Amino acid sequence: MSAIVQTIEAFERPPVSMGSRLEGELLEVSMGPQHPSTHGVFRMNVALEGEVVRKLKPVFGYLHRNHEKIGENTSYLGSMPYTDRLDYLCSMTNNWAYALSVENLAGIEVPERAEYLRVILAELTRLQNHASLLGFLLSDMGAWGTPLMYAFREREKILDLFESLSGSRMMCDYMRFGGCRVDASDEWLARAKQIVDRFPKFLDEFEELILGNEIVIGRTQNVGKLSAELAINAGITGPMLRACGVNYDIRKVDGYGFYPRFKFRIPLGEHGDTYDRLMMRALEMRESVEILKQAFAQIAPGPIVNPKVKVRAFRPPIGEAYGRIEGPKGELGFYLISDGTPNPYRYRVRPPSFINLTVLEDLCLGHTVADIMVILGSVDIVMGEVDR
Amino acid sequence: MESLDQIKSRIEAAVPGAKIDIVPNGSPSQQHSLLIDNEHAVAVAKFLRVDSALCLDFCSNITGVDWLDRVVKKAIKLKKVVDGQEKEIVETAEEKIPGYLEAIYHLYSMTHKHGPVIIRMRTRDRAEGARVVSLTPIWRSAEFQEREVFDLYGIHFEGHPDQRRILMWDEFQDYPMRKDYREPDDYEWEPTPHDEVLEKAKGHFQPRPQIDGAEGIVEPLKG
Repeated sequence: MSAIVQTIEAFERPPVSMGSRLEGELLEVSMGPQHPSTHGVFRMNVALEGEVVRKLKPVFGYLHRNHEKIGENTSYLGSMPYTDRLDYLCSMTNNWAYALSVENLAGIEVPERAEYLRVILAELTRLQNHASLLGFLLSDMGAWGTPLMYAFREREKILDLFESLSGSRMMCDYMRFGGCRVDASDEWLARAKQIVDRFPKFLDEFEELILGNEIVIGRTQNVGKLSAELAINAGITGPMLRACGVNYDIRKVDGYGFYPRFKFRIPLGEHGDTYDRLMMRALEMRESVEILKQAFAQIAPGPIVNPKVKVRAFRPPIGEAYGRIEGPKGELGFYLISDGTPNPYRYRVRPPSFINLTVLEDLCLGHTVADIMVILGSVDIVMGEVDR
Repeated sequence: MESLDQIKSRIEAAVPGAKIDIVPNGSPSQQHSLLIDNEHAVAVAKFLRVDSALCLDFCSNITGVDWLDRVVKKAIKLKKVVDGQEKEIVETAEEKIPGYLEAIYHLYSMTHKHGPVIIRMRTRDRAEGARVVSLTPIWRSAEFQEREVFDLYGIHFEGHPDQRRILMWDEFQDYPMRKDYREPDDYEWEPTPHDEVLEKAKGHFQPRPQIDGAEGIVEPLKG
């Protein structure tokens, strides 16, 4: 962090006197890009009055590698491993969103077992993403290490599952157009079921550890409130939107994959503050466990990939398609334009964590510097996806 | 949700003078889109958001596309009289379409849970300063995404509150997502003292100026 004291007349004067010597003088602080709480290389230019945030401008692009241009210069299937690197915590859902868009574009059917495997892997991804988010957030609040280690212990079990299925813990590259790459054995499914069955025990323990904690409540309740109107207008999606009480989950709205076959509820928040966003993750994990249990009961043997899909010289018909799924962080969409060649003419990623940052300034205004970390942590960003 | 034709006729009724075209989409996704003109774009967008049957309150995805100049070949069937007989002859006519940039918006409704309605706007050409109208005043979610389109495609959004580069650095020239973009050989070249030293050093390798008659002073050794 570097700090320069300067008077900036352009910034609005505060409505009430803060009783500090720096009244009328704003301290401009550049938080990041190397700050430990920014979850990567992310910078915020903050104007402070005393300790209170008066203006905040996010600065992006430190991890920009023009993912979309790379996608236009490679074949359709060639982009699949690159999607792993977008949100590197959730490669399975990234794969699914991309595969879904290409399936929309080319009109490809997916066999039943592959759909079940996709649901299982997407929900496991949601579990490990939300668990590690809660751990990171507690770490940002000053609970160094302990809650993070509890969360990572569970996350590691799920990553082991991914590794034994796809060969890689995080860069899975598992989905294919019209199915999945390798089949899951019965032993794998039994082991996954065992891990999922034990997951609620971890949730009970973890919720007791953090969500009733006095300090956590004090740091998060009434901090970073977001109204439902602003959230909808600013295109906020995912748990952050539902924390404001807006019932919009793409698993229910679009009913993609086999989600209409499962019974699950959508947790909704009431106040739209940081505590609700925290709770949303904890409650969603319980619903994911319910979906997983049903999926393990329903999955049946069968083919895992549509044999009609060409692997080499895959050329979708001329046209365009937008496909989206409910990723752990929000609406993850891919927009593709095909000109009939093996490479897409246009390849666009709709990154949920990038668009969720639109309201970061609105959330932080009037709160203290220490609250910025908590609010940013509850937005749940991964810079690989924000900067692309 | 109502069909695009219905939406089109309702927009034309609500916004007088608006020119709306339906852009067909040949892929199995069947996501057709509406091409709206720049002059009435804000009014059309406001209508789409406010109208109670549509209520497209959620602008999900905004993106740009670069279309280069292209030639479209069309087959035209003509009836001609050849050797006294009437024959059908297929002639190919070439139509030149000048290039343009396009901004595409994917709209959904959170209230009614339907969508997408896709609207697109086109710039006049691909020249520097190509512009469309910003829809950020209507959907806040356009704020960063329009900045991104400006950054990577060079479409200026008229009425955007804070139009700056977002992913590339401020001093960057050119627009990297354009189809005819050519990356520089060296991004990080800057003149250093080293370059000046190299410039001086060039002098050392040049042949020395010779004074008249000096050639004869030193003779090469023989034998």
